[in-house]
Amino acid sequence: MKAAALLLAGSLALAACASDEDTSGSGGSGGGDSSEMPQIGLAYDTGGRGDKSFNDSAYAGVEAAVEAFGGTAEDNIQELSPNSDASNRADLLTQLADQGFNPIIAVGFAYGDVIGEVATQYPDVDFAVVDSTGVDVADNVTGLLFAANEGSFLGGVAAATKSETDHVGFVGGVETPLIQSFEAGFTAGAQAVNPDVIVDVQYISPAGDFSGFNDPARGQVVAQGMFDGGADIVYAAAGGSGTGVFQAAAASGGRAIGVDSDQYETVGDASLQSVIMTSVLKRVDNAVEAYIGTVVDGSVEGGVDVVNDLSTEGVGLSYSGGFIDDIQSTIDDYTQQIVDGEITVPETP
Amino acid sequence: MKALTRVGQTLLAPVLAVLIALVISAAVMLAIGVDPFRALEVMVDFGDTPSQQTTAIVVVLNRAVPLFLAGLAVAVAFRMGLFNIGVEGQYRMATVLAAGAGAAVSLPAPLHVLVIIVVAMLVGAVWAGIVAVLKVTRGVSEVISSIMLNFIALGLASFLLTGPLRGSEPGASIITTEEIPESGWFPSLNGVFGAIGLADPPRQLYGFLLVALVVGVVVAVVIKRTRFGFDLRATGLSASAASASGVNARRMVLTTMLLSGATAGLIGLPDLLGSNHTYGTEFTSGLGFLGIAVALLGRNNPLGIAIAAVLFAFLDRAAVPLQIAGIPSSVVTIIQGTIVLAVVVANEVSRRITRRQAESGSAVAPPSTGDGSTGGGQGPDGGPPPDGPVGTGPALTNATGAAGRTSPTGSTS
Repeated sequence: MKAAALLLAGSLALAACASDEDTSGSGGSGGGDSSEMPQIGLAYDTGGRGDKSFNDSAYAGVEAAVEAFGGTAEDNIQELSPNSDASNRADLLTQLADQGFNPIIAVGFAYGDVIGEVATQYPDVDFAVVDSTGVDVADNVTGLLFAANEGSFLGGVAAATKSETDHVGFVGGVETPLIQSFEAGFTAGAQAVNPDVIVDVQYISPAGDFSGFNDPARGQVVAQGMFDGGADIVYAAAGGSGTGVFQAAAASGGRAIGVDSDQYETVGDASLQSVIMTSVLKRVDNAVEAYIGTVVDGSVEGGVDVVNDLSTEGVGLSYSGGFIDDIQSTIDDYTQQIVDGEITVPETP
Repeated sequence: MKALTRVGQTLLAPVLAVLIALVISAAVMLAIGVDPFRALEVMVDFGDTPSQQTTAIVVVLNRAVPLFLAGLAVAVAFRMGLFNIGVEGQYRMATVLAAGAGAAVSLPAPLHVLVIIVVAMLVGAVWAGIVAVLKVTRGVSEVISSIMLNFIALGLASFLLTGPLRGSEPGASIITTEEIPESGWFPSLNGVFGAIGLADPPRQLYGFLLVALVVGVVVAVVIKRTRFGFDLRATGLSASAASASGVNARRMVLTTMLLSGATAGLIGLPDLLGSNHTYGTEFTSGLGFLGIAVALLGRNNPLGIAIAAVLFAFLDRAAVPLQIAGIPSSVVTIIQGTIVLAVVVANEVSRRITRRQAESGSAVAPPSTGDGSTGGGQGPDGGPPPDGPVGTGPALTNATGAAGRTSPTGSTS
């Protein structure tokens, strides 16, 4: 035990020395030569890159922006993922700011808790947070919000129109207010088409337990139950667990609706591709790209929310695979009614 | 000469463990194309400015406090051969109810904090007490019942949070309890930095650190210097021998679990009283499972657990700079996992050496470890590795599973 203590004390002492001497090492990466091209810091929530959905979409947006402004992903983007219990979210943002990254984009509403405190410490850095508000948080925080309920409404319309059993399902990842707004929109959309439609609703994990966003096995069990119970189309608003829903659909000869990204393109498995009827898109990529644009041209204003809804095409349906091409006119019709305000989509179930 | 041998044996295990872990980690890093020395350099770099350096220290200490408490909670039970996997559920229940109680009452500052702490300890003790009662009355293995109770606690905490204790406005993306009024906050220790001539970091150093230190000392004294502690350790080393010499096994199970649960109840409080002031859907989870690894690494000794907690916290913080340096942060998970595995292996090796010496009669050496985690082997087989929602990685899960196979003593039988 003493040896361990000594070693640890030694390493801590080393730490102090090293940080005194090494001033050039890590500071350099964030500095950046070109004044034009921003150094963008990107902080993910649990799940991180490779979820084929939300986080990947954010990265795609940053990448597109960087390329549009003549930078490269390697030089101008720094991605960070939190530790396994995501207790170091604030530290991620602090470190990015310390390394000179600006703007810093936090992906996920969970950052809403901590971003205000960090942003106040770095008034010269622009922050954006996806899915959480920037109003009354700090003057340099922009909230990138999505009317997920409107996109999900169209998903409900497509599901109810295409359903042969008049029975559809909704699998939510975690029972949080955000995912509940997906559920509210989906149910409203399905009932708008067919008031008698049965909508099964189930969440993989309760609020406070975030495993539901990253548990394909349980997603599959839940969806399988719905298919066995007579549903033929199931909407997976469950992040990484959606793969399980697709597998259940493939096993039962049913169909599924993806979420956030065009999952027909991203699922990467031909046998699952054929069951993904459509995806409820949340154009995080467009929102992030547009935000970086405002930072580059200096028009960014903090303390506000940018709401991406049907009218700005921030949400919508994908048509990859051509499964819902035949009902496009119906979809467009409902889209127009929502944009015109004739239909108000509920936000809570 | 005898004393020298003993010191050598005590040192042997940790030195071996650290060496093995370093070699394996370095080999893995080389295999994935990472320069181990570069990685080490990044990990010990605390930043350029004084303020960044003190912030890094605060980040490490703030993370270490809950890990230390979690390790203590697990270790108390370990020392008498009980494997309390239920620490996770115990601290979740304790934190949500303590947050609710803290927001509901209004008292002068020190009393308010005290009430919150007492509520948390009581809830943790009660939740662990269920496990103890099941064990002494029905003979239910504490491994099974405490895992089961984790799921119940998770669901119950979620129900309380979204139902009766909900304080956040409807529609907010993060559901939290009502905020605890300022009189219930634990003051930070940032003044210390100024006093010893360091830069005052923007991050608050948890004042709960002091409470954790006191708890650590109390646990150490109770285990080492009291009759209860002697009975506890004796039961951990050999349940039948302790029972034969008049130790009431049932009462020991009950008191030990209550003590373990009360300590577990404190795990969430550094975050709750120091920074969040609410319990919410984003409250750190999985600390109970990490506590098992920390207790193993600290060999169930309060001082060792403190060192282990700081080491884990240090490694956790390093995950961020590693990513910035372009090194996968999973390097940290690998190091944490190999260290725990190596410690388990080293403990076992040193135990065997000791036993062989004792058997050959050359020395009357006491068991070198004296901790519950390696002493047993006569009990029922441990349960499956805890399949927590947020394991730190497969290596850790394996390590805790290994502990399960060696710890229970079945002291009631």
